[in-house]
Amino acid sequence: MKLTGAEIVIECLKEQGVDTVFGFPGGAVLNIYDALYKARGEIRHILTSHEQGAAHAADGYARVSGKVGVCIATSGPGATNLVTGIATAYMDSVPMVALTGQVATSLLGKDSFQEVDITGITMPITKHNYIVKDVTKLANIMREAFIIAKQGRPGPVLVDICKDVTAAVTDFENKPLKKVPAVSIGVSDDEIDAAAEVINNSSRPVLLSGGGVSIADACEEVRELAEKAKIPVTTTLMGLGSFPGTHELFTGLVGMHGSKTTNLAIAEADLFIAIGARFSDRVISNVSRFAPNAKIMHIDIDPAEVGKNVTAHYPLVGNIKKILKKLNARVKNRDYTDWNKRIDEWKRSFPVKYTQDGSLKPQYIVEKIYELTGGNAIITTEVGQNQLWAAQFYKFTAPRQFISSGGLGTMGYGLGASIGAQLARPDKKVINIAGDGSFRMNCNELATAVEYKLPIVVAILNNRVLGMVRQWQALFYGGRYSSTTIDRGTDFVALARAYGAIGINVTKPEEVEPAISRALESTDRPVVINFEIDKDEKVFPIVPPGAPIDELIDE
Amino acid sequence: MAKHTLSILVENHAGVLSRVAGLFSRRGFNIDSLAVGVTENPDISRMTIVVDGDDYIVEQVSKQLNKLVDVIKIKNLDDSESVSRELALIKVSATASTRSEIVQLVEIFRANIIDVSRNTLTIEISGDTDKVKALEDLLRQFGIKEIVRTGLIAIERGNKVINAGEK
Repeated sequence: MKLTGAEIVIECLKEQGVDTVFGFPGGAVLNIYDALYKARGEIRHILTSHEQGAAHAADGYARVSGKVGVCIATSGPGATNLVTGIATAYMDSVPMVALTGQVATSLLGKDSFQEVDITGITMPITKHNYIVKDVTKLANIMREAFIIAKQGRPGPVLVDICKDVTAAVTDFENKPLKKVPAVSIGVSDDEIDAAAEVINNSSRPVLLSGGGVSIADACEEVRELAEKAKIPVTTTLMGLGSFPGTHELFTGLVGMHGSKTTNLAIAEADLFIAIGARFSDRVISNVSRFAPNAKIMHIDIDPAEVGKNVTAHYPLVGNIKKILKKLNARVKNRDYTDWNKRIDEWKRSFPVKYTQDGSLKPQYIVEKIYELTGGNAIITTEVGQNQLWAAQFYKFTAPRQFISSGGLGTMGYGLGASIGAQLARPDKKVINIAGDGSFRMNCNELATAVEYKLPIVVAILNNRVLGMVRQWQALFYGGRYSSTTIDRGTDFVALARAYGAIGINVTKPEEVEPAISRALESTDRPVVINFEIDKDEKVFPIVPPGAPIDELIDE
Repeated sequence: MAKHTLSILVENHAGVLSRVAGLFSRRGFNIDSLAVGVTENPDISRMTIVVDGDDYIVEQVSKQLNKLVDVIKIKNLDDSESVSRELALIKVSATASTRSEIVQLVEIFRANIIDVSRNTLTIEISGDTDKVKALEDLLRQFGIKEIVRTGLIAIERGNKVINAGEK
């Protein structure tokens, strides 16, 4: 069948089972949008306020659904506006295909109107990218893009399509590519045996479950391993929900804002098992003093992560789920050990806590959100204190429940992500826990949530400062609050109403519960709750920069 | 810091060189030299990259390069198991009194003189890095005006080949 390039784009999206895309039109994608118009019964296009919002929404959609998120932008500024969203997805291994328009092939390289070298710009933040100059190559490039986005360690792929290619006509056959065989690094039975023996012989093991565990759908296997050998489990920020936050073996977060229990346990551990995690600087802090007494076992699909930041004594590279299945069969059942009892003691002595003094506390707000959503909501976050309070005080029990920009730390991520999350799971309550600084960055997407009748709750923990930076200024910069006070009198309740959302203001603890309850009742529009909190509330514990993780400040 | 020679097969596409070079620069790896050319298969190019670094760096370079979709195969060539060559063009000052001495040196090195002017000689030399360096050092006394050098290329000894096959 003869199709235009634009129609081929749509056919390939359908081939991949894509039913929702996020984007913003423009000159270079007019043909694609024309084809989308004709396919509107099959592919839902979500028009955001800004391309960055589209990228974050596609990312949130992908993280929640496990499918590939798709976003579309025009050439030039449209494409560059996707960049932060693509980088966010890249750092957190989120499968995404970004489609950008490009000027016609005859205009390429001539500084034409709205021309930018987006494949050059996104080279370091995509798994791979393409510029399509020949319509006959378009279909297979689209197919490859989806395969690469999903395969192995997932990530974003960008396909830049010249405008004349979207108009050109060629033969199209509905013939999906054969799946390119994944780079398979087999783990031998000997290696599995050795790993099992190390686990069986360890006396003070700690297991770190990272974001890769959720991606690999290996939460059950991690849990089985932990329960069998009674291994205390911590998670990275990205790993929250990959192991139940309510489980008796759970020790809390790790690293810079990890629980004291976790960080003390790692300092004493004789075996540290990291699964689907990449030993980021926020986890290990001072690399030379991280887990000084432990042998390190590292299970991950990406060989480049093994040995990158810390030396792994027992590297197991491959599909986590498959490796764990084999490993679990060889790990012996163990009773609760002295090590477990010791950790329980630490947990009792050093809970992650906050002082209740009658004022409105952000931690209390998160606890109430947890309570009133029955622990079942999807929580998206912005970045900074709001993100860590959400991580510390909401107990995540399922993968794909905590949606946050962990690697890139993108302020302004949460609202877009919550839109994608809600569209992926209309049956779930979606709460975006935000700070006023982050919210202000991309609050334009409230218009999107209103338009598509998404009952997202935005909980702004409004301290009128850039809290996390201020906290560093307070602790490490002698209280010199350089450019972190943003008390500009913005009325967020009025702002919400101006967009057509519901706005609620909360200043006292007793107003928290009714406000959240009321917000959770909304079924057809977003609700913004402006919680006015103290500007000097801090995230504790915190490991000072350069210190080993067990030397933390906890109040 | 030791020098390692990586032989890398890549898809012969536009932009592959910048993907590879970009990876080196953003991850802070140093390229000592780089040579690219098409292989016996016109769809595939071979890059020979000399990397300055310890084993950790070379392992990281290889692993990161392997993640590039356009990279087909990477091999870290063992010095004793491979032969390598680079080519240099050296323009050296030559006067009536020094010319014959330079010509003698060129002969000893089995290099060639490819251009002559009233006060210069241009010499072509190919060989491994040490040989090229040795000639350069000897010519310095006469006054080197310019050197142009290719990157090192290398190939394994004997029957061994690096071909595309399975990635």
